[in-house]
Order: sequence, then C-alpha cells, then structure tokens
Amino acid sequence: MEFVAQHPILVVSIVKIVVLLFVLMTALAYLTWFERKVVARIQSRLGPLYVGAHGLLQPLADGLKFLFKEDLTPPASDKFVYILAPFLALSLALTTLALIPFGPATLTILGQPTNLGITNSSIGLLFVFAITSIGVYGVALAGWSSNSKYPLLGGLRASAQMVSYEVSLTLSVVGVVLLAGTLNLNDLIYAQSGRWFHFIPRWNVIPQIVGFICYFISAIAETNRVPFDLPEAETELVAGFHTEYSSFKFAMFFMAEYANMITVSCLATILFLGGWLSPLSSAWRWPLYLPGALLLIGGVALVYDTAILQRGIARIQLAVISVGALVLGAICFIPSVMPVVQGPFWFLLKVVFLLFFYVWTRGTLPRFRYDQLMDFGWKFLLPVALANLVVTSFVVLVLNR
Amino acid sequence: MTLPLILFFACAAIAVIGALLVIFLREPIHSALALILVMVSLAVLYLLLGAEFIAAVQIIVYAGAIMVLFIIVIMLLNAGEEERTNLSKMARYAGLPLGIFLTLDLVYWLSHAALAAPAATGAVSTESADPTRDLAFLLFRSYLFPFEITSIVILIALLGALVLAKKDS
Repeated sequence: MEFVAQHPILVVSIVKIVVLLFVLMTALAYLTWFERKVVARIQSRLGPLYVGAHGLLQPLADGLKFLFKEDLTPPASDKFVYILAPFLALSLALTTLALIPFGPATLTILGQPTNLGITNSSIGLLFVFAITSIGVYGVALAGWSSNSKYPLLGGLRASAQMVSYEVSLTLSVVGVVLLAGTLNLNDLIYAQSGRWFHFIPRWNVIPQIVGFICYFISAIAETNRVPFDLPEAETELVAGFHTEYSSFKFAMFFMAEYANMITVSCLATILFLGGWLSPLSSAWRWPLYLPGALLLIGGVALVYDTAILQRGIARIQLAVISVGALVLGAICFIPSVMPVVQGPFWFLLKVVFLLFFYVWTRGTLPRFRYDQLMDFGWKFLLPVALANLVVTSFVVLVLNR
Repeated sequence: MTLPLILFFACAAIAVIGALLVIFLREPIHSALALILVMVSLAVLYLLLGAEFIAAVQIIVYAGAIMVLFIIVIMLLNAGEEERTNLSKMARYAGLPLGIFLTLDLVYWLSHAALAAPAATGAVSTESADPTRDLAFLLFRSYLFPFEITSIVILIALLGALVLAKKDS
C-alpha cells in the first residue's frame, strides 16, 4: 500500500491500461462486424443479420465459438514456439496502442495530471516502429513451428513481405518528422495546428500527400491485408501461417491483425490527418456541440428502429443500445465534459474513416501476385518514398534559411 | 528498493539468463529466440539509463532487422538440433586456457572499474531536454566524418554480398 501511495502514476497507468484494453477488445470485435457489413454492401449482400439486431451480436457469437472449439496442437510441432507465436503476435499488436495519444485534454486523476493516452514518450514514433518491427516474429514463428508445408511457406512470405514494406513505411514518415522536428506524437500533432488562408487546416496530408499515399499502401502490406494478403492466400496456401492453428490461438492471430489495422490507422491520423485537431474553425462555438448532437440523433434513429422494425430479443438489445447512445449524448453536453470529448471525437472520426478506407480497398481490389508484390515494394514504393524524403529535406532546408 | 532498481535487476537477470540459454539450448531457433530476449532486455537497460533513442534503435536494428534475418535463414535451412562433439585438440590446448585467462582478466578489470565508476559517470551525464537532439548533433556535426565512413563501409559490404550472390547466373 505504501509502495502504491509513493507511485500514484503506476495506479493511474494501470487504470488507463485496463480501460483502454476493454475499449480496444470491444472495438476489435465490432471492427469485424463493421468489415463484414461494409464488404457485404459493396458486394450487394446484407452481411450478418440474424444474431441480434443488424447482426450486432455476431462478434459475441464468434468469440464464444472460438473459445469452445477444440484446441489442436500438431504432434510434430515445436510446442513452446507454437504456443509462443500467437501470444507474441497479439501482445505486440496491443502494446503499440499504449503510445497513441487519443486527445489533448489533461485530466486530473488521483491528484495526478494525466493525458488521454497511456504514455507520452519523447520518441513515441520510434517506439511504435520498434514494436512493429518485432511484430514479424509472431507470423514467422507460427509458420515455422507448425512443422507443415503451407504454414512454412506462408510464414516465409509474410516475413519477407513485412521486412520489405517496413522500409518504405518508415521512410514515408520521415518527411513528417522533418517538417515537425520532433519524434513525440503529441508534438507532431501540435505542429499541424493552424490554417493556410484561414480555412485549410495545416495537416500534413497536403504537403506530404506522396508520403501519405506511400504510408498507407505500405501499411496495408505491413498488416497483410487485401490486396497484399499473399501470406494467407487461400487459393495457394490454404490459410498461410495460421493453417494449423485452431480455437483461441487462431482467434489471437485474428485479433492481432485487426489491432494492427487500428494502430496503423491511428498512426496515419496522427501523422498526416492532424490527430485530434478539429477541421472546423475554433472561432465557431457550434462544433463543440457536435459530438453530443450526433450521438443524440443516432440515439433517436435507433429508438425509431427499435419501435418500428425490430422484434423479440433484437428489440430489447437495440433498446439498450439506443438508451446508451442517448445517455452518452446527454453527458457530452455537460459543460465540464464538453471540451474533454472534442479531441477523442475528431480522432475517432478520422480513424473510422481510414478503417472504412481499408475495408473499401479490400472490397474493391484483387490480390497481387507474389513477384508483383515484391517489384511494387522495392522498385516503385521505395524510390518514391526516398524521393519524397529528399525533396522534403531540401524544402525544409531552404525554408529554414 | 526503488522501482528503477527493481527493473534493473530483473532485466539484468533476464539478459544473463538469455545469454546462457543462447549457448546451452540445442535447437537453433530457440537459441535465436533467447538472443532476441537478450537484445530486448538490453534495450530496457538503455531505457533505464535515459537513453531512449538508443533503446529504440537497439530494438529496431538488432531485434527487428538482424534477428529476423537469422530466423529466416534458420527457417530456410531447416537446421536440426546441433550435435555435440568432444573438445578438439585446438580447443583443448589453445582455446580453453585462453578462455579462462580472458575471463579472469575481465573479472579483474571489472572489479577495479566498479569502484571508480560513480565518479566517471557523474562527470559524463549531462541533463538535457532532448537527448535525441544531442545525439544527432554529435553524429552529424562532431563525428560526421567517421559516421560517413561507416556508411561507406556498409555500402561496400552490401555490394560485395550482391557480387557474391550474382556469381552463378
């Protein structure tokens, strides 16, 4: 107890970690629902529909199913590494999110000023890349330890692809670092405040549009998503590196993939889209009411849906959700809460937009061939990222004269 | 016991145990994993010293790049368990005495350096707002020439590897 009293920052950090983990796990589950719904719409289908209202209980059902499946371990596998691999993949994917700042506001919890993020490291960006760079092990070791042909090929492909695209991923970001002159994620966002001609926000997407495009393409490849999902190309490799995995170990790889998607989108938001900064002028007062108002409108729409369209269990479930949305919306109007929710509101809006873009890409593009993937990474993306870096550093040098 | 001290002893113990495991584990992949463990715990030790940049670079370069290469090579070669042999003549008559001598040498100098250490580090450590910036100034101002020479050496090594790899075709 004395130890805890001496280190209040530890207690606050642990509380923040628990809250973030809870929110993140829910977000991961509903990201799968979001993806299935959006892809279904793109392909003129309805998507998950029967489990709960609008299929909203589908992620829960999937989670339970994963838990109750038989957990097989191939007899010829390397037991220790086989179990270690999914743990590595998931824990590294989750660790990165500890570095993401979700808002500018400083709250005082237990007499300890805390920001809306777990840490605020002076070289946050480098740490994010450090952790993503060891994320390869989860996939590579899973492929090797299964002691089976398809996983091995998938693991090799995945590690080669991730190592290749990591180069252009990192290089595309250096332009932003040069413009801001810092590696701290908070300072990187503050460097983007202000406006050109009084109305265009000074976000890095505009001067660093080439960097942004390079970053996003490499990020899709880095997270092994369509059109770069060669490591798990089901037509050639069954399921790639996680062919032999079942039950919750498979679910851990699945969760790691979605957590990586969220991390990459958060980072793109911070580096290129101005993080938590609002695109609307700070002179206006009405944008302050926006988060609450949107939640209230959503809640009213859900109430209508509950009353008119839904039947049975779905009705009860949707009623709970709509009451929750209405209460949250009302809370957002409390004067002391209003400034706190602004940052996270814009941040989450941008992240959801990028995640939608991810899913949109998946629904639109076919898969690359492996040699095309490598050619594209090394012969196109890397030179473009390098050229962007050279031009940016030249411009920064001239402007600072 | 303060928190940094507890962390230091934990990570130092992990680093030493990991280093021993690298030698004593028989499966090459397990040895490589133990080596990664050593690298990561060293990075934590750098963090405790306040050298955040070095810690991040340690993970990115060693754990994230070099060890990935090791792992891929081991996976591709599908190397089995290592075989144990008895000491060769060379090892018995030259290697063993030299090893023992060097260990004693190390112990001797370390036990003497430990007494002088606090004064030395006290002189070196300068409190700075941004250690990363200081490091950049050192690398690109004071030691620019050796830094560039290093990059040329690495480039030459890269070209050499390319030439060797292209030989057959």
